[in-house]
Amino acid sequence: MGHHTDTHGDHAAGHGFEIMPTQDHSDDFGHISPYSIYAKIFVALLVLTVLTVGVTRLDFGSMNIVIAMFIASIKAMLVALFFMHLKFERMTTWIYAVFPLVLLGIMMAGIFVDNPYRATPGPAAEAKAPISADHVTEGHATKAQH
Amino acid sequence: MSASHHATAAEVGPGDPPHIHHMDTPTAYQSAKLGMWLFLATEILLFGGLFTSFALYHWAYFEEFHHASKELNWVYGSVNTVVLLFSSFTAALAVDAAQRGDSRRCSKNLLITIACGFLFLIIKGIEYTGKYSHGLFPGTERWNSPEFIQEYKMYFGLYYCMTGLHALHVVLGMGLLTWVYLKARKGRFSSRYFVPVEVGALYWHLVDLIWIYLFPLLYLVG
Amino acid sequence: MSAYSAAGEANAKPNYLNHEKGIWSWLTTVDHKRICLLYLFAILIFFFVGGMAALAMRLELAKLYGTGQHNFIDAETYNAMFTIHGAVMIFLFIVPGIPATLGNFLLPLMIGAKDVAFPKLNLFSWYIYMVGACMALFGLLKPIGPAFMEKAMNFIGVHGPVDTGWTFYAPYSIETGTSVVWMTAAAFVLGFSSILTGLNFIVTIHKLRAPGMTWDRLPVFVWGTYATAVIQTLATPVVGITLLLVIMERGFGVGVFNPKLGGDPVLYQHLFWFYSHPVVYIMVLPAFGIVGEIIPVFSRKPIFGYKAVVYASVTIAVVGFLVWAHHMFVAGISEAAAIYFSVVTFGVAVPTAVKVFNWVSTMYRGSIRFNTPMLYAMGFIFLFMVAGTTGVYLAVLAVDVYYHDTYFVVAHFHYTIQGGAVIGLMGGLYYWFPKMSGKMYNETAGKVTWFLVFVGFNLTFIPQFALGMEGMPRRYYDYLPQYQNLHQVSTAGAVINALGYTLALLNLGWAAVFGRVKAPANPWDSLSLEWQTPSPPPHENFEVTPVVTGSTYAYGTPVRGDAAAH
Repeated sequence: MGHHTDTHGDHAAGHGFEIMPTQDHSDDFGHISPYSIYAKIFVALLVLTVLTVGVTRLDFGSMNIVIAMFIASIKAMLVALFFMHLKFERMTTWIYAVFPLVLLGIMMAGIFVDNPYRATPGPAAEAKAPISADHVTEGHATKAQH
Repeated sequence: MSASHHATAAEVGPGDPPHIHHMDTPTAYQSAKLGMWLFLATEILLFGGLFTSFALYHWAYFEEFHHASKELNWVYGSVNTVVLLFSSFTAALAVDAAQRGDSRRCSKNLLITIACGFLFLIIKGIEYTGKYSHGLFPGTERWNSPEFIQEYKMYFGLYYCMTGLHALHVVLGMGLLTWVYLKARKGRFSSRYFVPVEVGALYWHLVDLIWIYLFPLLYLVG
Repeated sequence: MSAYSAAGEANAKPNYLNHEKGIWSWLTTVDHKRICLLYLFAILIFFFVGGMAALAMRLELAKLYGTGQHNFIDAETYNAMFTIHGAVMIFLFIVPGIPATLGNFLLPLMIGAKDVAFPKLNLFSWYIYMVGACMALFGLLKPIGPAFMEKAMNFIGVHGPVDTGWTFYAPYSIETGTSVVWMTAAAFVLGFSSILTGLNFIVTIHKLRAPGMTWDRLPVFVWGTYATAVIQTLATPVVGITLLLVIMERGFGVGVFNPKLGGDPVLYQHLFWFYSHPVVYIMVLPAFGIVGEIIPVFSRKPIFGYKAVVYASVTIAVVGFLVWAHHMFVAGISEAAAIYFSVVTFGVAVPTAVKVFNWVSTMYRGSIRFNTPMLYAMGFIFLFMVAGTTGVYLAVLAVDVYYHDTYFVVAHFHYTIQGGAVIGLMGGLYYWFPKMSGKMYNETAGKVTWFLVFVGFNLTFIPQFALGMEGMPRRYYDYLPQYQNLHQVSTAGAVINALGYTLALLNLGWAAVFGRVKAPANPWDSLSLEWQTPSPPPHENFEVTPVVTGSTYAYGTPVRGDAAAH
């Protein structure tokens, strides 16, 4: 972690303006993408949304969530990389864009190493055992109709 | 005026960056962007706590959650997804316009983005009132009836927390973008200075990113 | 010290303390040095409040009128006292303690910047902190007075001082009738302040370093603050949402943490400790940094193994995120999780030990000057070694089952937090006091009060290790007679400790207000950038932006700057 790959911007910091102007300004105000890229990404996002709805309507059971999350992640990546210009950002930004996701993964991993494997099942794990079919009586499972 | 020529305090005109005593303009731009990315990182972890809770109970009460999610109207959810995706698109266009120094296109796109935020909230409001009238809200008769089992309450509790917190972010994002829009209308931005546009758009994209996950989780898989 | 000659000349120019006058100039300042002082006043007030709560507990536990009955405060008040002590000390004192005060003051100075990256945001953080502090006070109020007053207070959610302990464990925090909502909301708001401070620091360190101030030349205090800022920024939101969920549970019966409603109270503990374990590194990492600054200067030697110190800081910050459930070994977590978290916890000892070795090696064969800051730094090493070693005991599963929730744990974390963070903060305040105030403090008084703090601290907590090993549980307001002697020793220690802190801080306060001895720019002959500008520094920190050409710790070799001339 000692060195970051920031090549400029960093070294120019802390000056009065006149002392040492930065040499390279090509990237000073962000990358300008071709105009059409945004439209393409938007269309891709729409297609993926339709795909998510379609796939989950088909109902792959417990795989539903995996598929849906996978598609959602692709969408999220498109938004981050192109709409948010992460693709053209520096290493530092990448680190702070990815690190929270890693932490979130760690948090979920820690909780899922615990809860499903308890010797005395917690309330959540307990409920898992007697499968809930008998809870699900008809009647209250009205279809969405608003 | 080239980017390397910095205005001094005396000659700040429309479109010029504000005079900041402790750093030069490109550094100020980079700093603001990094700052916003860091803030987005905190937002991810803020919602992360809710996502983690949802994941745990989704695993524990798989059937019940699936059942409860059928109460949500996926059409409303889908429409709102498209609305937010479109607003994200226009937010990106606003930044693009700002980068190219097109102030009019910038403020136009900002306005569309804000309008989409309103539309999102209206649809969300229709959904919430629908839930209330169907007795899917704490305190209603159906909610308190014994056959409305605990697991459903958990599902809807998480649903309201997650979408409620998200809606709060939509409102905050709209506030931020409105402030940016008013500045854009006054012609305060140029290709040399558009930090607020970029930072506001980044925040708005996050609102979209969270929804990208909320929609399939809550409406589709449950 | 020949550097004294420069003092008169430097102080003639306006500095950050006197370049603007009046209370309004302080409340609207965006100068990081003034914001440091704003924070410092606030946190010292809460240090006093938290300390008073601790003394109230210790006084009760001395059981001067015998065990089995209440002596000074009843059980309920006792519960409120340990909650006040914990919540105030953690959220209002020690989390902002070092980063928001010394960090604010020193970070821009040490990297040669004029200010932090977002000065207005910095001031905003302070206001958020003050709002959070006021909200926390609501959580501590007891509705008293005429009936309408009581009604009014109940109406705004004030039902009596929180009695959950600072951890707000569910389901009790959901069920208790006390003002949990105010307290948790306050913690949320304070967390927001902490996040903004951390974010500000990260950007500052990335973007505003002076020319030549490369990453491998950064002072270790800056590295410590950087690691802290990462944790502040990324861990705090998790506890924020957790506490919000507690509020939602109380308000709307969302059952996420309530076993009666199908929720899992251990999930609360997971989410809570995912923040609250890293938070101990928020407290102690900057203290590591302070010690790392003091020791080379007072040993006149380059810091031993600079890179190892830096890597250790970063490693601690990262590994700190991987060990949270070691607070939950007896909460019924799975065996697999318990074993994993136990093993990784041992890992934390490695980078921590690396740091201790580095400090000791830095002192080895150095020309040590025993000024007050150095005494605090050396005290820190000793106390933190005790803390670290007992931490390893507690990481052992079988041992933890026995020690959990006993005074052993209480003693362990007070060695970490008070022996580590607070002693570090005191050392830092003494070390940078000449820079901050432009005055010199009384060295003899500094040493005497250090002695009181050090002796009082150990006298308080060594008996508590023994109490814990004998099975005395924490958070009980009464106990069996066999524990009485050790409790009384501990109370005596606490009184000495409190006296020590009070006098040590008064010594500084006195010198700041009435002190006659002006401080030179660089009284300790340090090479670090903050000492190369007048004391107190001018508003813009440096008259000319410094250019860094070498290590900050090149003691014993030809030096640069002011020190080179003498």
